[in-house]
Amino acid sequence: MTATMRPSASACPACSAAPAAEALAGAGAGDAQIALSLPTIHCAACITKIEKALNADPRVRSARVNLTLKRASIEADDTVTAQELQALVEGLGYEAHELDPGTLNATANDRAGRNLLMRLAVAGFASMNVMLLSVSVWSGAEDATRDMFHWISAAIALPTIAFSGQPFFANAWAALRNRQLNMDVPITLAILLAVVTSLWETSLSGEHAYFDAALALTFFLLAGRYLDHRTRAIARSAAQELTALEVPRAVRLADGVEQTVAVAKLAVGDRVLVRPGGRMPVDGEIVVGTSEIDRSLLTGETVPAFAGVGQAVSAGEVNLTGPLTVRATAVGAETSLHRMADLVAIAESGRSRYTSLADKAAKLYAPGVHILAGLAFVGWYLYTFDLRTAINIAAAVLIITCPCALGLAVPAVTTAASGRLFRRGMLIKHETALERLAEVDAVVFDKTGTLTEGTPELTNLADLKRADVELALALAQGSSHPLAQAITRAARAGGYAPARVSDVTEVPGYGTRGMVDGQEVRLGRASWTGAEGMSVTATFLQRGDGAPVAFLFADRLRAGAEEAVAELQGAGKQVYLISGDTTPAVETLAQRLGIGRWMAEALPADKAARVRAMTEEGRRVLMVGDGLNDTAALAAAHVSISPASALDAARVASDIVLLGGDLSPIPAACGTARSATRRIRENFRIATVYNIIAVPLAVAGLCSPLIAALAMSASSITVSLNALRLR
Amino acid sequence: MTILAYLIPISLIMGGLGLAFFVWTVKTNQYDDPEGDARRILSDEYDDKPKQ
Repeated sequence: MTATMRPSASACPACSAAPAAEALAGAGAGDAQIALSLPTIHCAACITKIEKALNADPRVRSARVNLTLKRASIEADDTVTAQELQALVEGLGYEAHELDPGTLNATANDRAGRNLLMRLAVAGFASMNVMLLSVSVWSGAEDATRDMFHWISAAIALPTIAFSGQPFFANAWAALRNRQLNMDVPITLAILLAVVTSLWETSLSGEHAYFDAALALTFFLLAGRYLDHRTRAIARSAAQELTALEVPRAVRLADGVEQTVAVAKLAVGDRVLVRPGGRMPVDGEIVVGTSEIDRSLLTGETVPAFAGVGQAVSAGEVNLTGPLTVRATAVGAETSLHRMADLVAIAESGRSRYTSLADKAAKLYAPGVHILAGLAFVGWYLYTFDLRTAINIAAAVLIITCPCALGLAVPAVTTAASGRLFRRGMLIKHETALERLAEVDAVVFDKTGTLTEGTPELTNLADLKRADVELALALAQGSSHPLAQAITRAARAGGYAPARVSDVTEVPGYGTRGMVDGQEVRLGRASWTGAEGMSVTATFLQRGDGAPVAFLFADRLRAGAEEAVAELQGAGKQVYLISGDTTPAVETLAQRLGIGRWMAEALPADKAARVRAMTEEGRRVLMVGDGLNDTAALAAAHVSISPASALDAARVASDIVLLGGDLSPIPAACGTARSATRRIRENFRIATVYNIIAVPLAVAGLCSPLIAALAMSASSITVSLNALRLR
Repeated sequence: MTILAYLIPISLIMGGLGLAFFVWTVKTNQYDDPEGDARRILSDEYDDKPKQ
């Protein structure tokens, strides 16, 4: 019943044509569509202030702030760049980020949702009217009055079902064409049979007509579909926003002139300038410049690597200190970043074998209902030899058993649970992710960027001489290198003041140097300061020809990491740590968090293989990871979580995205998922109980439209209320 | 029972008007930004005409 809904393009020509036409009209010649994310806006004053400022720019045609999505959409001349408008909004004191309008393809989502809402509204209107007419029939209208009421009901019901029932008809047809049964087949059969028998009965001035039941069924089922769609649309739009925040743009050097172009336009052989802090857009070779590069998202290594002329770099690595010019050797889908997608595709094919609770229920249910209705029809036909009675009873059985409570059982619970987890900062991307999360009994964590923030922290401040720290602070405070920033943070927090150092210059790829009392001081890599390399992350301070002083670093723990690991272990789950980083770094962290099972220097394929091996042992693995080296493992695991700071590829491969920086919601989410699954099972049981009571009545021919209406509404409402009890 | 001849069309027309109104609100994107619309009403900027 949760089969994906694909409303056909021709289902409602007006609804699908209108937004498309608007989109076309909006993208007229000389127009640019710009979208900004405004995470800090919260009130009416923010809206008007930002809109006024944007509209004051003569090149802006129109600007509209959406407070629900915390986003501004702007139509402007194509001479305006997003950066200008971003600066304008930031000047007002609001945080603003550019969104890639190509990724924010909201109209397609909207159209399907709007389509469904329209069908739901029509079904609701019709079922209320027909229900009112039916109430007068049940309370004793007779003869000509009853016939007239039935005919009016038919006049309302027929066009409504033709319009509102289309999603079910289309799905049922698709299933039948593939010679399969899904939940929509009994639904379609029940609706059509109810309408046909009711028409027949009405034309013969009969007593029972099921128009109200057919419409109520359509309404309740559409309500379930709409809830389902909305939950997924919210998750999809939030996930899209994360992707859209990374605008794929690069600086191309053509004959020494810098041009900002879209990454998709880069070709092999282009020279690309990557500034400090920027991410490599392509695979390539360094032709100009020296720097250090951070590979942690690709390999899990935390120690920045030296980068000089002639060295190969891969897309996704972050340039740290000096500007680099890279000659592209592979672009777009050829980059190592994209080749990883193959590994993911292989791993994912294993997971698609999971059958959701809803599908399991449908598999039991759909054939059962058909057999029951068929038996009732045959039995009554042989007993009375009256086709009319037999068909009437078969229709009653189908209507009574029809799964409107079953159709609401899953969406009502997932909507409630996803909403709850969303408020705690978790985005449920996949429809069955909650069910799978509930089954988890082993958790595999990645280290860099997941349990740790990927930002280093100075560990031996207390062992260092005051003069050394003050000197290092003076050299480090101007640099954007992560180790230098860690020294600055730690020294400032410890109350140290920078020493007086002149001529401070940064030597990209090596470190920073300056002059003190006519002596040169250096802060940087081991080889540059005459020190021995160490197994832990370290940087060295050398004064003149003196012995270098080591500054040691450890990766800072992500907020909530300790609590999350402790709570998961407390809940009886096995916790593993698998990282691509060096053995000492992984071992230290494992001991600090109390994780007994760890594995270091793991290649991406090792991680995925380990996860697969655990799955074969019968474990249900939750993988939490953020890097490119985790994507295959994320896809291979039973269910996967990635933080919002993860690479796009990792977020796409995982089922759940953590929106905040905190890991502590993970154990709570497992709890919520378990209670959600419990509620879904309860809902199935409730629906079954209603059926057990009502089906014998229907088979015995004692079921009136009134009983059908009562059973259907009562079970739907009980199921929805039960879903709301979720904690 | 002739009253039914009036009452039934009247109830259908009123319900139909409600449905048409709802369809209009959906078509004119009035559910795109519920939170923003709830706040905009507090600002006197839009007293004369609503933000398009």
